[in-house]
Amino acid sequence: MGKQRVAIVGIGQTHHTAVRGDVSIAGLVREAAQRALDDAQMTWSDIDAVVIGKAPDFFEGVMMPELYLADALGAVGKPMFRVHTAGSVGGSTAIVAQDLVAAGIHERVLTVAFEKQSESEAMWALSMKIPFQPPMHAGAGGYFAPHIRGYMQRSGAPDHIGILVALKDRLNALKNPYAHLHEHDITFDSVKDSMMLWDPIRYSETCPSSDGACALVITNEKGGDAAAAAGRPPAWVKGTAFRSEPTMFAGRDQVNPVGGTECARDVYAQAGITNPRQEIDVVEMYVPFSWFEPMWLENLLFAEEGQGWKMVEEGATQMDGDLPVNCSGGVLSSNPIGASGMLRFGEAAMQVRGQAGEHQIDGARTALGHAYGGGSQFFAMWIVGADKPES
Amino acid sequence: MRDVAIISLGQTDHARRRNDVNDVEMLMPVLADAMAGANITKDRVDFVCSGSSDYLAGQGFSFVTTLDAFGPWPPISESHVDMDGAWALYEAWVKMQSGHADISLIYAYGKSSPGEIRRVMTRQLDPYYTGPLWADPVSLAALQARAGLEAGAFTEEQMAEVVAASRRNAKANPHAQLSGDAEAVALLDEDYFVSPLHKHDCPPITDGAACVIIAAGDVARELCERPAWIRGFDHRIEPNALGVRDLTTSVSARQAAEKAGVAAGGVDVAEIHAPFSHQELILRESLGLGADVSVNPSGGALAANPIMAAGLIRLGEAAARITGGEADRAIGHATSGVCLQQNLVCVLEGE
Repeated sequence: MGKQRVAIVGIGQTHHTAVRGDVSIAGLVREAAQRALDDAQMTWSDIDAVVIGKAPDFFEGVMMPELYLADALGAVGKPMFRVHTAGSVGGSTAIVAQDLVAAGIHERVLTVAFEKQSESEAMWALSMKIPFQPPMHAGAGGYFAPHIRGYMQRSGAPDHIGILVALKDRLNALKNPYAHLHEHDITFDSVKDSMMLWDPIRYSETCPSSDGACALVITNEKGGDAAAAAGRPPAWVKGTAFRSEPTMFAGRDQVNPVGGTECARDVYAQAGITNPRQEIDVVEMYVPFSWFEPMWLENLLFAEEGQGWKMVEEGATQMDGDLPVNCSGGVLSSNPIGASGMLRFGEAAMQVRGQAGEHQIDGARTALGHAYGGGSQFFAMWIVGADKPES
Repeated sequence: MRDVAIISLGQTDHARRRNDVNDVEMLMPVLADAMAGANITKDRVDFVCSGSSDYLAGQGFSFVTTLDAFGPWPPISESHVDMDGAWALYEAWVKMQSGHADISLIYAYGKSSPGEIRRVMTRQLDPYYTGPLWADPVSLAALQARAGLEAGAFTEEQMAEVVAASRRNAKANPHAQLSGDAEAVALLDEDYFVSPLHKHDCPPITDGAACVIIAAGDVARELCERPAWIRGFDHRIEPNALGVRDLTTSVSARQAAEKAGVAAGGVDVAEIHAPFSHQELILRESLGLGADVSVNPSGGALAANPIMAAGLIRLGEAAARITGGEADRAIGHATSGVCLQQNLVCVLEGE
């Protein structure tokens, strides 16, 4: 049996916010899943299997929460699978779900990713002492600030690049009703004047802590064709890839990780893309701290090494630029950690389906969904397109 | 489906406490053994998938650093599940179906000794209703055993026979933690631990790890004289809430066994992941295994229960009976969650 074609026919997400005190974890994931089913015009009984992903269990204080969520997600009597690959998990989860369809094992798979950060303290969960390693006690920002400083030194990028990215993503978020942050009064100066948290990362260049969930309904070719015939164009999967590399290793470039570039090369090759900047119409990139946009532009081969910040400065990644990045507002505007990767994958699919509403890029045919995790050593990516792939 | 086979298993000598090694150090010889058993070096591995739980390691993202046991350089295609390693094997098998990989390495590990495992495992319950009651897995298994005894599904004598057989079988398993010549009659004389369970009806607390290599088609034939081909593979889940389940049987195990095609042929050997003695009796019935089936020749989870790896070991041990030429058709089973909430079944056949 060869590889089957795979389509995304339903996408749902919650309104992301700091505290969803009105719902349990089960209520939160069910809300996103129900919206994805509605979008796919399916019901719970149409689903063959459920694949769920989230970041560390300590974030909510529930060990293997999929066990408790089995009935809330309609998985009773079905296969239920739990993925966890650090911050890239939302992307990895979507890939595992699409693999089940690509392999011909299931026809219709529901995949869900979530985080309910308000139920615990992510900073604490990330700062526990690991034996034989220097304690960090600094959360993600403290971990990544030196990487960003390294990028600025290598590339000679001026200080305001990060501010431009933050301003762009927060303005884009105003066009996304699901985004956590809607900062109508944001300006270049308000970002610049916000508190310096982990030099060079300012408060307004940092992702929020969000409660939220995202869900996708993934089907085989028959399901994709049926959706298209009913006037609901699917997003077709054109390539998927994972890459991981070691955490502590002297040969590792943490600013421009080899694993990220190899993952991108793999996924581009599967999609038949040779010039990513020309052939990809829109990108949903995992940017939790503003400076990661220029860094990933280089890592994903959209710019030469050291040149990514110029794309930002020229406005190439704005919604009216030639490579719009994070039209949804991205991770900088909503960060339900475990779901953030799936939101990137889902938003990429929304763009090629033409259902992104106010933040839609006209005529988007090919999109990249990107997620990374850990200390920039875990990567998951997919390319989705409006056109059915040839193989 | 594409032909994929289990070709090698490595595991620790399971022990009550492994203070001498961290997780990476515990895993490294296990991965080396599995690769040596498959006659491969790590450069031939196309996909790596692992299973573990941060709640055992006591740190978020614990699997991130244990990937060093493989040494992911140059960067590798890799994934991780917060499930028993048997499900990591399932993910790798799925990945290989679409032709993305010819050889996959799967590992799983867990140290139950550093924390109070009975309290830790209570975090698997519904966080709003049952979790705050801190009902631990031994107490909940005792409820299940009591329900089965009262329903006449099995007897205390049968439970003791399961333990005696496990201890006896484990004498031939150099990796086992508990083995011996216990007599069922004598076991029944021991004090209750959590009635109706004696301590011997419960799994030992174990630190341990395992690694399995799987390969596709001719690659498997090249690397292994008699590959254990995966002919059926399925897993199913039930609700978490005990009140909506019939604890005297295992609906999800029966569903998984049906989907995996257990009944399509005779079964020589079954490695059943039953942490508690009465659960083996429930599972024998739900999986549809007759009295002639050799169950848990390794001693099973009653002989060593490295949480997160114990299910993967069952699949590896079942396959080892085929690669060793002792069996033609074998069943590997894994469970997860409270009172057998989730079950996985793998049907393995020799050529």
